[in-house]
Amino acid sequence: MSWMRLLRSASWPAAGGLTLAVLAGVGAAGAGVGLMATSAWLISRAALHPPVLHLMVAIVAVRAFGISRGVLRYVERLAAHDAALRALGRLRVRLFTQLEKVAPAGLAGFRQADLAQRLAGDVDAVLDMLTRVLIPYAVAAVVGLASVLLIGSFDLVAGLALAAGLVLVGVIVPLMQRAAARRSDGRLAPLRGELATGTVDLLHGLPDLLAYGADAAQLARLSEVDARLRKAGERSAAAAGASAAVTVLTTGLCVLAGLAAGAVAVRSGTMDGELLAVIVLTPLAVFEVVGALPAAAQRYAEARAALRRLAEVFTATDPTPGGTAEVPVGRDTRRVEDVPVGSHTLRVEDVSAAWPGGPTVVREMSFDLEPGARVALVGPSGSGKTTIASLLVRFLDPTAGRITLDGTDLRTLDPDAVRRVVGYLPEDAYLFDTTIAANLRLATPDATDDDLRAALAEARLLDWTDTLPKGLETLVGEHGMALSGGQRRRLALARALLADYPILILDEPTEHLDDETATALTHDLLAAAGPRTVLLITHREDVAASVDTVISLDSAPKLVTQPAR
Amino acid sequence: MRPLDPRLLRHARSARTYLVITVALGVAQAALIVAMATLLAYGITAVFLDGAELTDLVPALAALLAIVAGRAAIAWAQEAAAVRSAAGVKSELRGRLLAHLTALGPRGSTSDTGASVTLIVRGLDALDAYFARYLPQLVLAALVPFVVLTRIFPADLVAALTIVLTLPLIPVFMALVGLKTEADNRRQFKLLSRLSHHFLDVVAGLPTLKLFGRARAQAGFIREVSQEQRRVTMRTLRIAFLSSLVLELLATLSVALVAVGIGLRLVHGDLDLRTALLVLILAPEAYLPLRQVGAHYHASAEGLAAASSAFEVLETPVPATGSAHFVLPAPIIFEDVVVPFRSSSLELSAVVRPGEIVALTGPSGCGKSTALALLLGFVRPASGRVLVGDVDLATVDPAAWRARLAWVPQRPHLFAGTIHDNIALGTVASAAAVASAAAAAGAADFVEELPDGYATRLGDDGAGLSAGQRQRIALARAFLRDAPIVLLDEPTANLDRATADSVMAALRRLARGRTVLIAAHRPELIALADRVVDLTPALAPTSDAASVRGAAPASAPDAASVRDAAPASAPDAASVRDAAPASAPDAASVRGAAPVSASGGAS
Repeated sequence: MSWMRLLRSASWPAAGGLTLAVLAGVGAAGAGVGLMATSAWLISRAALHPPVLHLMVAIVAVRAFGISRGVLRYVERLAAHDAALRALGRLRVRLFTQLEKVAPAGLAGFRQADLAQRLAGDVDAVLDMLTRVLIPYAVAAVVGLASVLLIGSFDLVAGLALAAGLVLVGVIVPLMQRAAARRSDGRLAPLRGELATGTVDLLHGLPDLLAYGADAAQLARLSEVDARLRKAGERSAAAAGASAAVTVLTTGLCVLAGLAAGAVAVRSGTMDGELLAVIVLTPLAVFEVVGALPAAAQRYAEARAALRRLAEVFTATDPTPGGTAEVPVGRDTRRVEDVPVGSHTLRVEDVSAAWPGGPTVVREMSFDLEPGARVALVGPSGSGKTTIASLLVRFLDPTAGRITLDGTDLRTLDPDAVRRVVGYLPEDAYLFDTTIAANLRLATPDATDDDLRAALAEARLLDWTDTLPKGLETLVGEHGMALSGGQRRRLALARALLADYPILILDEPTEHLDDETATALTHDLLAAAGPRTVLLITHREDVAASVDTVISLDSAPKLVTQPAR
Repeated sequence: MRPLDPRLLRHARSARTYLVITVALGVAQAALIVAMATLLAYGITAVFLDGAELTDLVPALAALLAIVAGRAAIAWAQEAAAVRSAAGVKSELRGRLLAHLTALGPRGSTSDTGASVTLIVRGLDALDAYFARYLPQLVLAALVPFVVLTRIFPADLVAALTIVLTLPLIPVFMALVGLKTEADNRRQFKLLSRLSHHFLDVVAGLPTLKLFGRARAQAGFIREVSQEQRRVTMRTLRIAFLSSLVLELLATLSVALVAVGIGLRLVHGDLDLRTALLVLILAPEAYLPLRQVGAHYHASAEGLAAASSAFEVLETPVPATGSAHFVLPAPIIFEDVVVPFRSSSLELSAVVRPGEIVALTGPSGCGKSTALALLLGFVRPASGRVLVGDVDLATVDPAAWRARLAWVPQRPHLFAGTIHDNIALGTVASAAAVASAAAAAGAADFVEELPDGYATRLGDDGAGLSAGQRQRIALARAFLRDAPIVLLDEPTANLDRATADSVMAALRRLARGRTVLIAAHRPELIALADRVVDLTPALAPTSDAASVRGAAPASAPDAASVRDAAPASAPDAASVRDAAPASAPDAASVRGAAPVSASGGAS
């Protein structure tokens, strides 16, 4: 999908508001131009000392223009922002719906929160594109054209000069500016990169630098990079000034052309003398409108880049197409929820898998998860452990072989139905920036406070939450940063336990925790799982004692588990 | 908000030069605006009323051409000066920031490292628009009306008075609207950013939502939140745009009033056309810069915000350092040291004698790393002293002191550069010296297997190296430094068993004959030590009972020395124990390693 189609489909419902914004904008800019043109005529006419009554229409018009410009501009800005915000909301929903379909497997590397943030930030570009690019250009185009026609009808040469000037400022100057910006970015970008690397090294490596007395050397290196960056920035100065100069020059030349052409026209009798001031002074007001376009063009480039990145997301395909069936249940029960915990069997049969566009990371893997089994999947990082978990919850389909749940191929099952049976506690389980209770209720929205407390108790977190002044209503902070690493894991675990999955996959539950905490947590995890089937994914080899079966993965590390994007 | 932060002029010399240039260019521009208006008024009148031909206008047109060229040159010079000085100011601020953050040390700055990096690399760019757009308009807003009015006054008093009376209304009304709405706006913008944040949060947590089957339902929720955001934003904007409505209304209406006024006086013959045209051309010019200042308000707010976060860092005072002389070997004495950090605090009294290997233990977050940071001079005790022999560490030259330390942190930083540079950090070392340090650290094997060996360039922060490899490079640094005092901060954390074993072997080699402090969690690290100092905070936070507990009489010598160092009256929550906890497999052998023999090997 091209970015333009994306923009059009997002802003379609706001078309009425956008039209109103453009109309009001044209009215406002037109009032500015009209004020100048009418005043010029009024004064020229007044100089011939006519009866005041003959000037009444012009006087009323001047006053009306004087009032309406501010008011119409206000209307334009409100209408434009309202429409743009509507488009923004629609684009967000569209983006989310698409992401919901393809994430995480369809967007390799998408789980990294920073990529998600960037995508979400790109959505805001639609605001800029509509309010600061499209509307100003539309308004300038209409007002510019009308002014050219008005001046041209008085004097053709002055009209043509104005038309040429407007094209120069509205089209050529932005192009010039873009070329200059590109040249200067080309010079600056590598230096900025060097500065960024050096700064990160200095500030993140400061303890090491200070401890080893290397801080002065690093500062000297950075100041050398900085001097080069400054020089490069200064070299761009001349080019940056050029577009401003051309705009001023063009405005002045149009005024001069109006005066010269007007003089000729008045003397030759093709134009009334009282119109001379109109064709000389009107361009001053028109260029005030068009002079804003180079800045709009600059925003255009940025907003387009953001919209293009978004449009790319819409080209990602669903990594798990098809499958609508519910999970088959036993004879006596009608709903999955009624099946006793620990009565489901997952079979992995000769499965190979790869992330979209990436190399094969799982090769001909087979194992079974019998009801109530405790299985550990052990292997070094990069051996495909997380890929297997993603296969089991149908974030991803195998490239070869098959996975069955109670004998039914996962590919024929609705992914949501699979995820009602198979739970997955990923290594980077996400905590939302809300309360402990709200994070837990993600698992079961209608859980009572007692249910929540029971789950917290199972995850051995209740003692801690009970010490909190706000208890379950305590906010966990952005990405749960108000909690310690161990508390975050335990809260995520409590949430997974609350959802009461018959089969639970725990991915590196103790990573980055100190040994004591890790041992305690692993113990608690398995105890809390009760009669559930548990697949424990880890690179620690000392879990063997806690489980029934250990599956060792190919120890040859692969360099890439997920294609970088 | 002040339009110009005086600190900007104080901290950045380029800003001062720029301000002078901008004022000079502003005066020139105002003069040219007036000259152009005068000539245009003359030209139009000459053709319209006096029957002038094009040829009669040639001198005026030539002068106008020169003026237009002059205004273009000023526009060019203004923009070029803005870009140059922005580059200069940013460079000056960057230099000062980096030097100041280095002087403050890793724990000295109140802002976090990520924010500082962002400020230095990207944040200061907000000054570009401030210098190129806002500041020149501000100068023009002060100069142009003044110059324009000086020209109009002698020509037409009435019009001049109209402008003089209406012009000040603009800032006054804007201030009134601003005052009334600012608090309201700020509250609503806060709500807005919370709503935007919600969208980011939901997108970032999407896989988790899918796992719980809650993702699809979120689409409707996002729609609602977006609608709510639109409603709230529009409520804010309806008020926020009022100030620009007032601005536009006053500016345009004033011009209209002036135009109608001169038109009527022209009819009655109180005014001539030339003066009337002059006033008509100049009146909008008087209001234009003020309108532009309003339009570039954002550029100003963002630029000043970036500058003020820079000044906030620059105004954090750097703790004073001394240049006192110290002699090694000497015991390191923590004398009733208290360091508050996060929610708790480290309280420590202990003596580390030359050649001793001491393990600092306790649960995560009890201040083990902070104790090492004290010795590195990254933190200062809130009360108490750290002594080297009888010299207070706060009075010695930190660089000279650090030169006698080797530090192996939990997660060493690797710098952009070669492996050689990373091992030889802070010194100029021969290839042979680096290779032998690497061999001692157990790093030689994997480094020499790389195609470029020690000349291999590392990615960002050592990307491509495993945790164990990073740790061994940090160990090689410590070996190369050959310092009498070694500080180890959980050097085997996050390593798998086999890697940890090989790092342990290297640590044993490193510890030989040196004074060593280890922040330790793993039993094998604790086993390396002659003595253990337990930093577990006492249960009662205000404990006045100095707890020097568990000192087994059998191993009296070192326990006694600790007691000696910690006067009984000291409010010493850190308890000091004699040996490794029972869980350490070879606690007995550790106890057996008499501190006497360890001190014998002191350098």
